[in-house]
Amino acid sequence: MWADVETSELTGWGRTAPSAASVGTPSSTDQLLDAVRCAPSRGVVARGLGRSYGDPAQNAGGLVLETTGLDRITAFDPAAATVTAQSGVSIGRLLSVLADHGLFVPVTPGTRAVTLGGAIAADVHGKNHHRDGSIGRHLERMTILLADGSRRVVGPGPDADPELFWATLGGMGLTGIVLDATVRALRIAIPWMSVDTRRAGNLDELLAALDDADQRRYSVAWVDCLTTGRSAGRGVVTSGDHAAVEEAREWRRRSSPDPDPAARLTTPGWVPPGLLNRWTVAAFNEAWFRHAPRRRTGERQAPSSFFHPLDGVAGWNGLYGRAGLVQYQCVVPDVSTLRDVLTGLRSARTPTFLAVLKKFGPGNPGPLSFPRPGWTLALDIPASVDGLAALLDRLDTRVAEAGGSVYLAKDSRMRPELVPTFYPRLDEWHALRDRVDPHRLWQSDLSRRLSL
Amino acid sequence: MKNALGSPESVALVGGTSQIGLAICRELALGGRLRRVVLAGRPGERLDAAARDVGGWVVGDVRTVDFDAASTAGHDDAVAEIFEAGDQDVVVLAFGVLGAPDGMLDDPDQAVHVAEVNYVASVSMGLRVAASLRRQGHGTLVVLSSVAAERGRASNFVYGSSKAGLDTFAQGLGDRLVGTGVRVIVVRPGFVRTRMTDGLPEVPLACDAEDVGRAVAHALRTGQSTVWVPAVLRAVMSGLRHLPRPVFRRLPV
Repeated sequence: MWADVETSELTGWGRTAPSAASVGTPSSTDQLLDAVRCAPSRGVVARGLGRSYGDPAQNAGGLVLETTGLDRITAFDPAAATVTAQSGVSIGRLLSVLADHGLFVPVTPGTRAVTLGGAIAADVHGKNHHRDGSIGRHLERMTILLADGSRRVVGPGPDADPELFWATLGGMGLTGIVLDATVRALRIAIPWMSVDTRRAGNLDELLAALDDADQRRYSVAWVDCLTTGRSAGRGVVTSGDHAAVEEAREWRRRSSPDPDPAARLTTPGWVPPGLLNRWTVAAFNEAWFRHAPRRRTGERQAPSSFFHPLDGVAGWNGLYGRAGLVQYQCVVPDVSTLRDVLTGLRSARTPTFLAVLKKFGPGNPGPLSFPRPGWTLALDIPASVDGLAALLDRLDTRVAEAGGSVYLAKDSRMRPELVPTFYPRLDEWHALRDRVDPHRLWQSDLSRRLSL
Repeated sequence: MKNALGSPESVALVGGTSQIGLAICRELALGGRLRRVVLAGRPGERLDAAARDVGGWVVGDVRTVDFDAASTAGHDDAVAEIFEAGDQDVVVLAFGVLGAPDGMLDDPDQAVHVAEVNYVASVSMGLRVAASLRRQGHGTLVVLSSVAAERGRASNFVYGSSKAGLDTFAQGLGDRLVGTGVRVIVVRPGFVRTRMTDGLPEVPLACDAEDVGRAVAHALRTGQSTVWVPAVLRAVMSGLRHLPRPVFRRLPV
C-alpha cells in the first residue's frame, strides 16, 4: 500500500485560517486509489495548486491529496482540437502544449497556475464568459473517482450521467476526484492578443464602455473602489481578441511571445505590517488610472500579460502580511445592486486595489456553478482591516436580496445560512451527492465551515 | 471551522463561569458565526445562569459539562465531553483563583490550592485539549495568563508565580504546536474589574472583561499569539521588568 503522506499545515491563496492534514502527492492513479481506500474518518479532498483563496483545498485532521503529480497529457488530437489530460496538469502547461498547434485553452482564469481539476471544481470563468461561458461548456467528458472506489466517465450528454458531470463543475471537489478530462481547445491564428484599452471617468462611463467592449471575445474592467465624488467608480476597460494574421503584419513582428514566462518579480519574505493601507492603495490606484491611455485600440500584447498579469509577481499574496487577504467575488443581476455594493465598499474605505468588474453571460446547468447573468465584481482586501467581517456580511445581505451570489472558490467567510440563497439549487446538488457519496468521504474545511 | 476573519463556529469555555471567559465568548458571538458553545465548570446555579446568558447571544447549541479544575483525575472525561458535540474551533482556559492577597505567608495550604488550580490543572487541561485539537487539525487554545506572571510581587507572589508557570507553559506549547494547525494565544491582562478582583484597590491601567474579549477576538483575526490588555502594558512591563528589585518593591502597584 502507498502511504507516503506527511502532516502539514495548509492554507489557501489568501493565507488565512490554516489547518493541518495528512498530505500526499501521489504520482500515479493507483497510488491515489490506494490512499483514498484507507482514508481517515475526517475524509479526503483533492488539492491542485492552492489558488483558491479560502479553505476548499484544506481538510483539517483528514487527508489532502495533491494532484500535481498526476500531470500527464494522455491524448492530444490537434486536428480535432481536443486534448485529454490528467487533472493535475496546469492551465499554463496546457497553454504551452496547445500553443505549438495554433490552439488555446477555451477558458482561462486570472492565473495560469491552476490545475485542470481545480478549474473544474470551481467551474472557472475568464474574460470571455459573456461569449464562451465557463470551463464546463468546453469539456467533452471527464473521469471521476467516486467514493466507492469506482471510476466513472461522465459528460454533458444524456447517456453519460450529466447530473454528476454538472454537479462536479463548481462542486468544490465534494463529488469525487477528477482523474482526467477532455477539453475542446480554441483555434487561434497567431499567439498574440490585439487589445483595446479605454479609460472611464466614472461608473456610468465604465459600464457603457464595458458594454461596448463585449463586442470583443475578451473584456474586463478594473474599477477604483476608493475614489469618491464625481469620479466614483472610475476605471479602465480592457478588451481584446486573439490577433488576426493581418494585424500581425502591421506590428512587424520582432519576436514571438513566451507562452509561459517565469515570474519577473518576487515579493520579499517580509513586508512591513500595514503596507497595504488606504493611502498606499489610493496612491497606487491613482497611478494605475493615470497610466492607462484614454483610448487605445489594437495594441499588441502577449497572452500572458493580457490574461495573467499577476503571474509576473511570484507570491504576491505575501504583500498582505501575516493576517493574509480575503477575496470577495459576487455576481449581481442589476446595476443598482452593483452601485450599492460599490458604495458600501467606498464608505468603509477598504484598501482595495484592482477590483475587477465583468459582465457575465448565461450560466450553465451546474447547480453550484457560480456564473450567472449580471455583473461580477472581485476584489482583494487585507484580512486585518477593522470592521471587514461586518462590511462583507452587509454586502452579502444586499447581494442575497437581489438574487445574486458569492463565489465559493473565493470565499473564506460567508454565512452558512446564505449558501442556499446564493445557490438556489443546492438541494439538487445535495441529492446528487447523497447518491455518489452517502458516507461523506469527500470533506474539506469549506464543506465543514459551510455545512455543505 | 474558524473563518478567514477569525470568527469561530464553536467555542468551549473551560471555567464556564469566568467573567473574562464569558466576555470573550460574547465578543466572538458578535462575529455572527457562533453556533455551539460548551461551558465546562462546577455544576450549579452559577453555571446554569452563565449558560442562560450565553443562550441569549448565540443561536444554537449551548451545553454545560461537569468540570472541576482541582481534580485532574476527571479531566480526561471532561475533555471527552467537551469534544463530544464535534470540533471545537476555540477553547478558552479561563479558570483560576486569586487567593487571599496577603494571607499566603501563613496559609501554605491555600497557596498550594492556587498553584494547583492555576498551574497544575492548566497543564493538565492544556495538554489534553491540545491533543484533541491536534486530532481535528485546527483550533485555537486561548490561555488566560496575567500581567502578574511578568515579575514577582510581594502582594501576590503565589498567584503571580502560578501564572508565570502557566505563561511559560503556554508559550512553549504554542511553539511546540507550530505546523499542527493548532494555535495558542497567551493573554496577559492587567487589573480586570471582575468578581475575582472585587474589593481590591484598583491599579492604573485597569480594564474590563469586555476589553479582554475584544483583544482576544482581534488576536484570532490577526494571528497574534501574545495579547496584552490594555496593549500599552507590553511597553509598561518591558520597562518595569528591568527595574532594580529595591525600586520595583517600592512601586505602588
